[in-house]
Amino acid sequence: MSFELSPDNNPQLAEILSRYPNKMAACIPVMHLAQRDNGGWLSEDAIAWVAEQLDLPTAHVLGVATFYSLFNIEPVGEHQVWVCHTLSCALNGADRILSHCEKRLGIHASETTPDGKVSLWTAECLASCGTGPMMQVDRDYHEGLTTEQVDVILDRLLSGGS
Amino acid sequence: MLKRTDHLSKRYGQKDSWTIDSYERDGGYKQARRALHMKREDIVDEVKAANLRGRGGAGFPMGVKWGFMPPKSDKPHYLVVNADEGEPGTFKDRTLMEHDPHSTIEGCIIACRGMGAHVAYIYVRDELHLSKARLWAAIEEAKAKGYLGKRPFGIPYEVEVYVHTGAGAYICGEETALLNSLEGKRGEPRLKPPFPAQAGAFGMPTTVNNLESIAAVPTIMSLGGDNFSKLSTLHPRDGGCRLFGVSGHVNTPGVFECAVGLTLRELIYDLGGGVKGGELLGVIPGGSSTPILRHDEMVDAPADDDPLHEWHGMSVLDVPMGVDTFRGIGTMLGTCCAIVLSDKACPVLAMHNLMRFYRHESCGQCTPCREGSAWLVRILDRIVAGEADLSELNRLHEIANNIMGNTICAFGEGTAMPALGFLQKFRPQFEAFVTSGGKSSTRRLDL
Repeated sequence: MSFELSPDNNPQLAEILSRYPNKMAACIPVMHLAQRDNGGWLSEDAIAWVAEQLDLPTAHVLGVATFYSLFNIEPVGEHQVWVCHTLSCALNGADRILSHCEKRLGIHASETTPDGKVSLWTAECLASCGTGPMMQVDRDYHEGLTTEQVDVILDRLLSGGS
Repeated sequence: MLKRTDHLSKRYGQKDSWTIDSYERDGGYKQARRALHMKREDIVDEVKAANLRGRGGAGFPMGVKWGFMPPKSDKPHYLVVNADEGEPGTFKDRTLMEHDPHSTIEGCIIACRGMGAHVAYIYVRDELHLSKARLWAAIEEAKAKGYLGKRPFGIPYEVEVYVHTGAGAYICGEETALLNSLEGKRGEPRLKPPFPAQAGAFGMPTTVNNLESIAAVPTIMSLGGDNFSKLSTLHPRDGGCRLFGVSGHVNTPGVFECAVGLTLRELIYDLGGGVKGGELLGVIPGGSSTPILRHDEMVDAPADDDPLHEWHGMSVLDVPMGVDTFRGIGTMLGTCCAIVLSDKACPVLAMHNLMRFYRHESCGQCTPCREGSAWLVRILDRIVAGEADLSELNRLHEIANNIMGNTICAFGEGTAMPALGFLQKFRPQFEAFVTSGGKSSTRRLDL
């Protein structure tokens, strides 16, 4: 099945290209766009589409996709939960937050719940060191977390909210 | 010396501080308007006089860097602003982007004029969605007012500012990796030379500055470079005011703006509210790549001509935090964001945590770093599991020493130096951990 950008996003593609002196520079922003449009991951078709739009070899786009941790080349859950476990957060209980998430979701880090709702990840430093422990849920930061707050956030995700 | 200032952070916490109306009420964009009428070299002279040491970690003087840009050139010049904030312990640039994005945009206009550039890219790590949204909104507001575009403030000197986004790679904070990432490539650092001022973004003359450095430019222009520099107790070597962060085991973590010359003791006890849950074990002064300082370390500089002589015999906690002073005490100032460890935290686990970070973030290009960072973690895994013997502590030294100086970029040193710092300064704790199979340790990082 081939990949096409949703028509709503076509103006965005043109706007991204206008920011740079060449097409290759648009690679990462266009990959973000394609990933969002493809349910959170870059399929082979989505990668081929990016390559075609930017006149790049497919191998270049795949190389970029595998370099950066936020590009997924396999399907992921509907929601992404990243728990920061680097030192400042670890000094303030990140391990407790992570194991609570694992228990609550019934999965380990780097796994997705069987219903496909939530993928759980560990993250390296998210620049939120003064307000740890913290986690990022999709595009939002949740800081100074307690396990009770984690429950509220995960319940909302599992019950279908955002 | 503790001297709070509010040049960079005065709008933090104010209602709608991120909007152009709020920024202009506080005098915003006057300096950009003035700078566009100034000669390029006069702007650079002003910034040189400010003695601002780059806020990203390396501490290179910003004005000198701007001066490296070719004075006359047919090629396009670029300004690239580094906001790929990801050094563990560092969370200062994010506050500027979220609370006061216009100071960065105004700084971009002045800097572009100062280096003959017409385009600025602000490279923000992807995770910082609010920061990116605030910057984009600020760009739109400035455009709508006619402060960006073909004729900013009606002056025919085009300036465009764009936000560029990474995709989760710490290494892209290294300036040449960042340039590759900006060009749509894997974020692998480049060999230098050529330096970015000769061949940077798209092969063109480029200056890469940390976001806090650029956000300070409007303040430099309004106070005057010399007055800005004199805010610091380390003037003229290390001028101005800057953002200090403190996190970990302190009662009131946060980002605080002060004149350069603050001491770690003031940062930890006066601003950070003191050590939480015990006594001070050690402090990582400026992001995880800077070697840790022990609570009981003293300055050893008996020679009269030693730049640190003034502080000879004093605690390292009482040395003013400057780029050169901290190099002198065997660590680095880095990003000026400290991580505090209380004596309840195990230094072996702290090193393990950080080495896991470096293994994850090594770009894999240079063998000593790719393999070395992985071996450090493998051995630390064995130590933490109680399976290692004492000879493996020496092996850790050996691996770290083999990374040092053998890589394309400073990431290698950034891994090896903190590793050696932990090993040398907490040798008794490491030995006790190994010989007791971990029983000597609190076996925890949190309280």
